[in-house]
Amino acid sequence: MASLAATAARHIDRPTLVAFGCIVVLLLLGALFEPAFLSPVYLVQQLQIASFLGVVATGVMLVILLGHIDLSIPWTIGIGGMMATGATGFLGPELGVALAIPFGILCGAGVGVINGLGVAYLRAPSMIFTLGMNAVAQGLMVWHTGGFAPQDRATGLMRELTVGHLVPGVPNPLLIWIILGAVTIFMLTRTTLGREIYAIVVCFIISGACAAATGVLLAGWANRSYQAMGDPYLLPTIAAVVLGGTNILGGRGRYIGTVAGVILITILQSMLSVIQPQRFFVPLGLEMPADTFRQVVFGVVIIGMLLIYGREKLVR
Amino acid sequence: MSVETAAEPAVRRNRLRLSAAQRGTLIAVAIFVIMFGVYGWKQSVGLTPNIINTAANKGALLALVAMAQTLPVLTGGLDLSVGAVLVLTNCLASNIVNGDPLMTTLGVIGVLLVGLVCGAINGVIVVYGRLQPIIVTLAMGAVYFGIALALRPQPGGSVNFDFADYMTRSTFAVPHSVLLLLAVVFFIWIPYRRSILGRAAYAIGSSEQAAYMSGVPIARAKLLAYALSGLLASISGLLLTAITYSGAAKAAIANDYTLNSIGAVVIGGTSLFGGVGTAIGSIFGAYVMRTVGDLLIVFDINPVLQPLFVGMVLLVAVSIGSLRVLRIKNKLDLFR
Amino acid sequence: MNPGPVPLLQAQGISKHYGGVRAIEDVQFECDRGKIHALLGENGAGKSTLIKVLAGVVQPDAGIILLDGEPVTFANPTAANDAGIACVFQELSLLPDLSVADNIGITHPPRRYGLIDHGAQRRMAEAALARVGGENIDPNTPIGELSLSRRQMVEIAKALARDPKILILDEATSALTAADVEKVFTMLRQLRDEGMAIVYISHRMHEISQLADDCTVYRNGHNVATFPTGTKSDNAIVEMMIGREYESVFPPLSETKPEGKPILKVADLGWQNLLNEISLEIRPGEVVGLGGLDGQGQSQLLLALFGTLVGVTGTVEVDGEPVRLTNPQRAKSPEVGMALIPEDRKNEGLMLPMTVRENLTFAAVDRVSRFGIIDTEAEEVAIGEVVDLLKIRSDGIDGPVGSLSGGNQQKVVIGKWLMTKPRIILLNDPTRGIDVGTKQEIYQLLRRLSGDGAAILFYSTDYDELIGCCDRVLVMYGGAVVRTLHGEELNETNLVSAALNLPAATAKPAAGQNGTRAGRAAEAS
Repeated sequence: MASLAATAARHIDRPTLVAFGCIVVLLLLGALFEPAFLSPVYLVQQLQIASFLGVVATGVMLVILLGHIDLSIPWTIGIGGMMATGATGFLGPELGVALAIPFGILCGAGVGVINGLGVAYLRAPSMIFTLGMNAVAQGLMVWHTGGFAPQDRATGLMRELTVGHLVPGVPNPLLIWIILGAVTIFMLTRTTLGREIYAIVVCFIISGACAAATGVLLAGWANRSYQAMGDPYLLPTIAAVVLGGTNILGGRGRYIGTVAGVILITILQSMLSVIQPQRFFVPLGLEMPADTFRQVVFGVVIIGMLLIYGREKLVR
Repeated sequence: MSVETAAEPAVRRNRLRLSAAQRGTLIAVAIFVIMFGVYGWKQSVGLTPNIINTAANKGALLALVAMAQTLPVLTGGLDLSVGAVLVLTNCLASNIVNGDPLMTTLGVIGVLLVGLVCGAINGVIVVYGRLQPIIVTLAMGAVYFGIALALRPQPGGSVNFDFADYMTRSTFAVPHSVLLLLAVVFFIWIPYRRSILGRAAYAIGSSEQAAYMSGVPIARAKLLAYALSGLLASISGLLLTAITYSGAAKAAIANDYTLNSIGAVVIGGTSLFGGVGTAIGSIFGAYVMRTVGDLLIVFDINPVLQPLFVGMVLLVAVSIGSLRVLRIKNKLDLFR
Repeated sequence: MNPGPVPLLQAQGISKHYGGVRAIEDVQFECDRGKIHALLGENGAGKSTLIKVLAGVVQPDAGIILLDGEPVTFANPTAANDAGIACVFQELSLLPDLSVADNIGITHPPRRYGLIDHGAQRRMAEAALARVGGENIDPNTPIGELSLSRRQMVEIAKALARDPKILILDEATSALTAADVEKVFTMLRQLRDEGMAIVYISHRMHEISQLADDCTVYRNGHNVATFPTGTKSDNAIVEMMIGREYESVFPPLSETKPEGKPILKVADLGWQNLLNEISLEIRPGEVVGLGGLDGQGQSQLLLALFGTLVGVTGTVEVDGEPVRLTNPQRAKSPEVGMALIPEDRKNEGLMLPMTVRENLTFAAVDRVSRFGIIDTEAEEVAIGEVVDLLKIRSDGIDGPVGSLSGGNQQKVVIGKWLMTKPRIILLNDPTRGIDVGTKQEIYQLLRRLSGDGAAILFYSTDYDELIGCCDRVLVMYGGAVVRTLHGEELNETNLVSAALNLPAATAKPAAGQNGTRAGRAAEAS
């Protein structure tokens, strides 16, 4: 029993607990408006949606742990989706279908390689280098589609990956996220890679691959890839990692915290779309788009959470 | 008992020496001059006042945002909300900068105040909340954008015609937007730089711990840096409204300006680690970024490829800056 | 100088805790106008914390400070500055990207129309620099371009620029060249004669005996004693500092002469124009010292051997096999087995925000893991061994290493390298700024390591250390080894003359000089 507690202590820290606490509070609050919030069906559905964010957040968390940041997420997601759906154009009709998923992920890993080399060997600041890579990735994808919306469809396997249930009751994306998470935790705590702070290139490769994997999943879900599919993911990803207690400067963070952060953000977004707070402003004569609330609440919540547990220590 | 040492050579130098920041600015100027020269040469009609005016206006928009970005970067931080403040002030201006001259003037003042306040809020949270600037400005950017959406759910609005015309035209082929930039440099940047709080910003970026121990007014310096940043972004918002005659709350615009402002700052010679750089360099960095797009058009390259080229320019600029690292003889220096 | 009825500065009952650790507890301090007061104590004894309280950098948990009999509180360094207290810290408070003049005038520059008057500021800087004897420093130079010694001069000039009533110096001379130290001492004496109160922390006993009027000793966060300089012997003072019997001899050399093939053999090593055709050999179990004036290539030699320099010429053989040392990874590897204890522990040796445990395993991660998986048990055992060996004082090795005292940090650096079980240990002025007690522990450790068969190459600026610890000393000048001293020849006179590249002294050392090892051994018996 004592060793179980010790293992738990190794994995969970205060920010993680706060994040999980907030999830519970949010669910209870939401249940006041909509009792279905607490139903298992709804919860599993939320977890499934969260998996998309969870996969990309895994990679970004690793990079942030190193003290860097990966701002090329949006278009690496795009590359993942578009290269997977467009694989037949590169590999031919047979291989293109069979290898669509690995191809998409590999392209994302390729972006990661360049990011990693630039940051590790050229010593370029990761913020600006990955920013540049994002623009390059965008440029490449725009070139690839000729500036039009992509016409390719997702393969059957990609569909299966997102809507199927390999394990009864557990949606596939969730399963993927769980497996990815377990591997990540093991890697962080028990392997030399986890201790070796100079594994920059490897972590950027993982980040690129995870982002691309999310793109593949998104494309499978929508049955196609689409323009700017990754843009809505940058802010939530970083927010999820930071809300989960990972220090933006690196060095500190637990993966379970990132899990909590991802679920928290997903539930927050769901709540907003269900409760629709802008309804309350209509009687006042204010017409507000739904997005306004999403943005404002998002921003305020992040800052609020961080003020609770993300503050720098004042050593005076 | 310690060892004797050989006498150290005198360090006084009499020849003109350029600081690292000045060198960076000169490089940005050189790059811009070359690029713009090529652009003008390739123009089928040559460099007419109209062409110059359009290029100047477009570049000035980014230049102002780049100047806004420079200030927090000098302190060792970053402002990911500059694009959102630009969009917010643009939407606000499309609502209140119209009517008779008095209303217009009040509207302009109102917009500038809003920009100042947005920046100040960022500063307050960074300083008193003790949170990392990149996260604070990322989150607050979302808030400002949300407000912009509330102000202009659909693109539209209007602006006082005389005001807009005055901001965007040229007199004797000199674009007013360039004069605006000069005015900002002379009346905001240079006094700031020579003020105690302005120099304090450099100090904080250079070493915040040493700055604290030296008694530098850290809180006030950071607050001022972020507040001024908001103000400069709002000036750009006014200019944008004057150019487009409307307000639009598009996330793509906000992102584009934020990201490009960081690129402009880097190309202009300011270090992302803080302590080194100037807003003047950022102006030229911004014009370099914008001229890339113009060059593509003029060389008949599919404009669809613009993001690709802009990204490559960014990567090359950063890589060149970092290449000096490969020439370092002592690898331990890298860890300093 | 007639002191007033009340001492200028008094501190009473000062306590400060950091988390669970008591830095200082119920501490007293007093100093007067026109006096130089020295603070003595081991690293971690609380001197630096007391200084930081007096300078307004940290807030005490209890106690009062009185200035001319009036109670004062300093919420931040600015308040202390305004009250007339200036402090020169060990970790310099200079801004690397700003110029010397900007640094000196950072808080109160001369102004014109509300903006900084750079011309007047430069003149002010020149005057301040002249006062400390740094006339040859150009005020427009960015601090980052100055050597450590120069920076310390600027730091002192900056403290004086505001005409303080009380000047506090925390290890302010540790990086200065000897010539500059003299200038600073002259200036300090003059300032004292003009009525300034000076508080001086140093580990160098001879400096204190030359300079200070009064001394106060601290130990473990408490006062031990206050007395006028010269009324207690060095040994008595050291005993007060470490609280136990103290023997000022170095650990005895091994009886057996090191034999066998050299484990490290260097031929014609060169680098730019700082290293010129250096050749040397070290056998397992030997402790070889590097001496000579500052900046003659000693640090560069160690860096070149460790593989951190690019473009090194010449050959290096480890255990008879030629090796190309192109990066530290190679030097660290089990085949080569080198370790380098660097000069600047804060920047080169430790990751300050990480814990002691993480720092210790950092260098040795390959040895407690297989196929990339860390064996946590083996890790614990290895760390435990090293912590015991070095007697590292820490309330748990999971605390951040940045909160340890300087001496303990240095021990962690050494411990980190011991985890790799090196065969060749390179040390770059390892005991600079370290208190007497910890120095002793480090010397004992080096003896043990060499006894176990490691070869040690050791650069030091301290004659006593070189004479006491080394089997032989290679004196460097202009990037080359100009003399090798051992046995009877290894004494201060010869070290100095060789350092200045003078012909070998023919006369025997003067009678009564206790600089030789033989002399010390005779004294101790």
